Amino acid sequence: MSSVVLDPTNERAVAERTRCARPASVQGLTVGLLDISKARGNIFLDRIQERLVELGATVKRFAKPTFTKPAPVDLRHEIASQCQVVIEALAD
Amino acid sequence: MSTAPRPALSDRSLLQPEHRLPDGLVAVVKRECATCVMVVPILERLAAGEAVLTVYTQDDPTFPAGLAPVHDADLGLSWHHDVETVPTLVRVVDGVEVERTVGWSRDAWRALTGIDDLGEDLPPMRPGCGSKSVDPDLVDALRARFSGSVLHARRVEFADAEDDVEAMYDRGWTDGLPVVAPTEARVLRMLTGTTRAPDDIVAVVPPDLVEITVEKVAINAVMAGCRPEYLPWVIAALEAVCTDEFNIHGVLATTMPVGPVIMCNGPGTRHIGMNSGMNVFGQGNRANLTIGRAVQLIIRNVGGGRPGEVDRATHGNPGKISFCFAEDEDASPITSLATARGIAPGGNAVTVFAGEGPRCIVDQLARDPDDLANTFAACLRTLHNPKLVLAFDAVVVIGPEHARVFADAGWDRERILAELHSRLQIPGADLVRGAHGIAEGVPAHLQDTTLPKFRPDGILLLHAGGGAGLFSAMIGGWANGAMGSQPVTRIVRA
Repeated sequence: MSSVVLDPTNERAVAERTRCARPASVQGLTVGLLDISKARGNIFLDRIQERLVELGATVKRFAKPTFTKPAPVDLRHEIASQCQVVIEALAD
Repeated sequence: MSTAPRPALSDRSLLQPEHRLPDGLVAVVKRECATCVMVVPILERLAAGEAVLTVYTQDDPTFPAGLAPVHDADLGLSWHHDVETVPTLVRVVDGVEVERTVGWSRDAWRALTGIDDLGEDLPPMRPGCGSKSVDPDLVDALRARFSGSVLHARRVEFADAEDDVEAMYDRGWTDGLPVVAPTEARVLRMLTGTTRAPDDIVAVVPPDLVEITVEKVAINAVMAGCRPEYLPWVIAALEAVCTDEFNIHGVLATTMPVGPVIMCNGPGTRHIGMNSGMNVFGQGNRANLTIGRAVQLIIRNVGGGRPGEVDRATHGNPGKISFCFAEDEDASPITSLATARGIAPGGNAVTVFAGEGPRCIVDQLARDPDDLANTFAACLRTLHNPKLVLAFDAVVVIGPEHARVFADAGWDRERILAELHSRLQIPGADLVRGAHGIAEGVPAHLQDTTLPKFRPDGILLLHAGGGAGLFSAMIGGWANGAMGSQPVTRIVRA
């Protein structure tokens, strides 16, 4: 006999959110670098910034208050409104 | 008999026609009840009188013969009108119940019917029998049939050929152990454990930041194996871990081996049969194991926090399935953790701590409190790394035999903590990076300072464990303070 149970999950329909098309070049674009605030993430991002500037990008730096929590919504909005591309630096 | 969610009286106009009360007198009976058989002549007299009498029978469709009984075959009328005893006699005016009596009481039946000489030849009083609608073997199915509409969760149907347990594994709903199928009947029974409405919001659950209702808590509590009386504890623990202070998002995402350690206080822990004694962290106690498991299933199923996804633990620990226990307050020489954290004595509360698995503190020789404090401090010094200070809190669970050493010397909670902190002031020279051939440590500029291992409120003290064994336990924490996790205490409400 078939049985019916109640869904224990959050029942969120899978919302497909497509990313913007990858730009052919970063020349002239503003690239955001988001430091999640883990130790030595800044060293990695410093080097990425050098490479991006060599390629003609403008770089803006952002940091989460703490790596243990999601980026605050205001910070996400700030990045979205100022940058065309964002790179998030993970550590560990 | 627990009460079940039922339609409010104002909703009874929405009932199926066969479940509405007809005007006049209504009697609900069953043949197997001797009192019902006894009152048949009374019912016959009422039927012959001026009032309109409708008799509902719960078992034999022909009982009582000659009175044209209506068979309450699905027990819906009995259920919706809260018939708990047969016979029940009700007076109904314009579809609304205005008076009721249960069992046989000559005075009550006379008052209700207005017939002054009713039942002259019967005893003045005889108790009735239990209504079939409250039969323990039937009540869960009835609750599901007639109150299922209070549940809003999506229904998931398993195919005939599917094994329920395997189907739930396949859908990713389990923590690796089998779960109990959350059928409507079981979830409704679980909801009898709380006075809160099924659609009440309990918390916003990370990492997906989803609002969770009491109903969803109950579904996962069923799956975890909880009994209804554990539900308020699950709700309180969930409220506590979903605070910004506790930061379950970070506790889940960290590579460190921590999870919520749920510490329970109050007389309610005894009422629901929690273990605070022998093998307190171990297997074998349903409440301890399923309350913590329910919280973790909710983080997984509702919050979306799964190992390998947001959960990035390097090793994890077995307590991430469930790490929940009660403090032994009755035999404790120290004030309880909940009391120390501001809960009035006698209150039920949970305190959640982001912790790893327990480690044993062994000292079988100390009979002097200073000696024992020295052992505690030496063990606590090693927590996570002997050269790391102030970053992590700890729970210390004093076993009864160790507690006696402190109690015999007159040391109370405050004295024990003060003595431990005083022994855990460490010269910076021993802690700086590179000292003792260990790279880990504090920056070199702290060389000439003295640093405490723990922040002032960084040791949480409880009393628990079996009566034999000169052991205690310590549980190391995760990153503390505003950038990590703070212990959180919440009152448990029915």
